[in-house]
Amino acid sequence: MPVEVRIPTILRTYTDDQKSVQASGSSLSDLIDDLEANHPGLKDRLIEGGDLRRFVNVYVNDEDVRFLGGLEAPLTDGDQVVVLPAVAGG
Amino acid sequence: MLILDRATYDGIVAHAKRDHPDEACGVVAGPEGSDRAERLVEMVNAAGSPTFYEFDSTDLLRLYREMDARDEEPVVVYHSHTATEAYPSRTDIGLAMEPRAHYVLVGTRENGNNDGPVEFRSYRIVDGEVTEEEVTVVDSLSATPTTPGDPDAR
Repeated sequence: MPVEVRIPTILRTYTDDQKSVQASGSSLSDLIDDLEANHPGLKDRLIEGGDLRRFVNVYVNDEDVRFLGGLEAPLTDGDQVVVLPAVAGG
Repeated sequence: MLILDRATYDGIVAHAKRDHPDEACGVVAGPEGSDRAERLVEMVNAAGSPTFYEFDSTDLLRLYREMDARDEEPVVVYHSHTATEAYPSRTDIGLAMEPRAHYVLVGTRENGNNDGPVEFRSYRIVDGEVTEEEVTVVDSLSATPTTPGDPDAR
């Protein structure tokens, strides 16, 4: 099930500078494993201690996945996933 | 060096003063790769805090979609420090995720919401390394240079 994943500038070192890549999975968790298989190193930038990193935002069809079940968020063919690092500081 | 036009500089300072004692935050967008800070976008500090700032996640997505549609990037990411020096905190450094951006810090501790000078400083933050740079304020940015690359080649 192909899903388009938009990659932020800072993580494009893992995707040969591509702004978006295709991946598949029936949940966000599966999708990230599939991404990792093709773009090693990416998973660690998204997940920490088994959960999404606090300062990485992931959206499925424009909805923050924190409201969709986090890593368990279901995905279907044609969904669009966007990854954006938080803009934050102290 | 960061070059800002007077209106953008004044806009950032006014935003920081208005939101004091909470931290203010926003970006100045510009054409990708141009290093031209053209379009000031004030953001809401979802943390609403004097010691922390964070763009609201929905606003953040909307901002990046808008910049994407306009072939822009965040040329400047700014926020204010309301009680401490206008120098990136450890948190600022740890969370700086735009290696191409100028990180602007406005310090409002001296005059708060009132008239009077602020600290206004700019930094590059790449891989945890902070480099301060000069800020030059001009009346207006020079005439639009031709965009590198053929726009039809996308």
